[in-house]
Amino acid sequence: MSIFIGKDTRLVVQGITGRDGSFHARQMMEYGTRVVAGVTPGKGGQTFEGSVPVYDTVAEAVAEAGANAAVIYVPPMGAAGAIFEAVDAGITMVVCITEGVPVIEMTRVMPFVRDRGARLIGPNCPGAITPGEAKVGIIPGRICAPGRVGLVSRSGTLTYEVVNQLTRAGIGQSTCVGIGGDPIIGTNFIDCLRAFEEDPATDAIVMMGEIGGTDEQHAAAFVRAHVTKPVVGFIAGQTAPPGRRMGHAGAIISGSSGTAAEKMAAFEEAGISVMKRPADVVPLLKARLT
Amino acid sequence: MNLHEYQARALLKAAGVPVPDGDVATTPAEVEAVARRIGGAVVVKAQVHAGGRGKAGGVKLVKTPEEAAAVAETILGMQIKGLTVQKVLVVPAAEIATEAYVGLILDRESQRPVFMVSPAGGIDIEEVAATTPDKIMRLPVDPRFGLLPHQAMALAFFLYRDIKQVRAAADIMQRLYRVFTENGASLAEINPLVTTPEGKVLALDAKVSIDDNELDRRPDLAALRDDSAEDPSEVEARNAGLTFIKLDGNVGCVVNGAGLAMATMDLVKYYGGEPANFLDIGGSSNPEKVVNALKIITADPSVRAILFNIFGGITRTDDVANGIKAALAEFPVQVPIVVRLTGTNETEAVQILKGIGMTALSDMDEAVSRVVALVKEAA
Repeated sequence: MSIFIGKDTRLVVQGITGRDGSFHARQMMEYGTRVVAGVTPGKGGQTFEGSVPVYDTVAEAVAEAGANAAVIYVPPMGAAGAIFEAVDAGITMVVCITEGVPVIEMTRVMPFVRDRGARLIGPNCPGAITPGEAKVGIIPGRICAPGRVGLVSRSGTLTYEVVNQLTRAGIGQSTCVGIGGDPIIGTNFIDCLRAFEEDPATDAIVMMGEIGGTDEQHAAAFVRAHVTKPVVGFIAGQTAPPGRRMGHAGAIISGSSGTAAEKMAAFEEAGISVMKRPADVVPLLKARLT
Repeated sequence: MNLHEYQARALLKAAGVPVPDGDVATTPAEVEAVARRIGGAVVVKAQVHAGGRGKAGGVKLVKTPEEAAAVAETILGMQIKGLTVQKVLVVPAAEIATEAYVGLILDRESQRPVFMVSPAGGIDIEEVAATTPDKIMRLPVDPRFGLLPHQAMALAFFLYRDIKQVRAAADIMQRLYRVFTENGASLAEINPLVTTPEGKVLALDAKVSIDDNELDRRPDLAALRDDSAEDPSEVEARNAGLTFIKLDGNVGCVVNGAGLAMATMDLVKYYGGEPANFLDIGGSSNPEKVVNALKIITADPSVRAILFNIFGGITRTDDVANGIKAALAEFPVQVPIVVRLTGTNETEAVQILKGIGMTALSDMDEAVSRVVALVKEAA
């Protein structure tokens, strides 16, 4: 068991013939993900790696290869269009890896995704992995191990750091989800917390937040009201100066709002064990799981 | 990317928002000429990306073109919050009956553009929000339908009673919404929106921020960037494809990924050090980026030691190691370097570093505590 992706995932890779798309399609296949199709307009009829059919449209990938999930590796200016296409073709699980999607485009994408009852993860995210079953995105498979801790994070490499610490300590993961660092994203902390709470294969949750916005505060309120499983949390950007965009478009302290201190206080009030540094994840989890 | 007032004004004007006459100038002679053309009293306004221009003496009301030239002499070249004033905007001194606030932001929570308007204009809107929240009207706009006519009227009725002014303001809201969506703004603000004694509604000051992600497809907007308004090292970093923010400490940091970069800065602080910068080399595996990163960091004289924290995923750690090797061959680095790397092609990376007499650590805490100790020894 797991959340969002797993053994039943039949994946179509949008942008499979591109530099990033082909590299990561190969990695996902090596990991054991069922990549059933690729899409690159104009390259329909080709075969990727001798086994994966390439189509011109996502609709064909759904009709002919039975794809039920999509991952997007297309350049920023085509990414919003790729999300629309996947959802319009009936895909209900879309992961958009692309960084640099204009935010105004996302304001148009999101109502469409919601109306169709689809789930979008990202954009500007590393995707998700259910260790031992499937990976959709770019999280390195070898740092993960199957287990019972769910992880949700706004960051990429920081996620790897923490997953690596868990795996080295013998703590496996049910599913790891990178939700992305942009201001408007399809899946937020609360969506993941709810899914982990309902997932019988998850015993505890690790939540990696960062400065900017109020998502972590809302997540903390949700944990207090609805989550019975132990939660351990971290906020990156404790030393970030206000008013500056710290790489991620969403990581900016505006006025006095969105600071790490404010978010860590909200975590503590909600009974979330607060990590001061990534290495604290192991002892804090062990303390909460015994 | 923040636009200057004169640039924001030009966008509004092009969309048909009524703005006062006026022009931008870079010398006292130009200021005098603009003031003469406008005629009568004018306001000379410093164009810098900083709040509180008025309090800093960057905004002056004068009666004659000669006086305009004289104040321009002091304003041009003055420092406001560390930024040098290189341009001024010259506008007629408007007679003002009322001042209101009209703002449009990209709201993360509702995932929509949200209007915020208040009859209490001309002052800090965050303060109004904190002290008298009932004086602010908030209206999220569904991007599929745009700002509907009755919504624009509702916003305008919150500001004015006179139906002519209400209609004029509603029209301005529509045009502001168009400026916002067509230019991919994250913020578009008119503060103040004024009425004149004759009853006209005018945008007296404007502020627009463009979503950085928009700039690739909009070279016309990208061209509005004012490099002189930023720290030179940050401009250099951006041109090299790096995300760099200069800070006050002495531990230089080179990291891949924004979240890990922030967590690394935090860990430097945790072990008693002070980070000199935020630097994300991004997900690419280009050794050239590492060379540029080292150039920018070593140019900062306060840096006492440099920390690499690389978790290889898309980034190949051997590319980073090759970058370090290339940089050290190209120019001398006088301060100690501590390298932590793990992940993709780690074995190759360790060999490359060994070849130039360097060792690599695999644990983040060990690397950070070591670099902080080195800085303390050097002090």
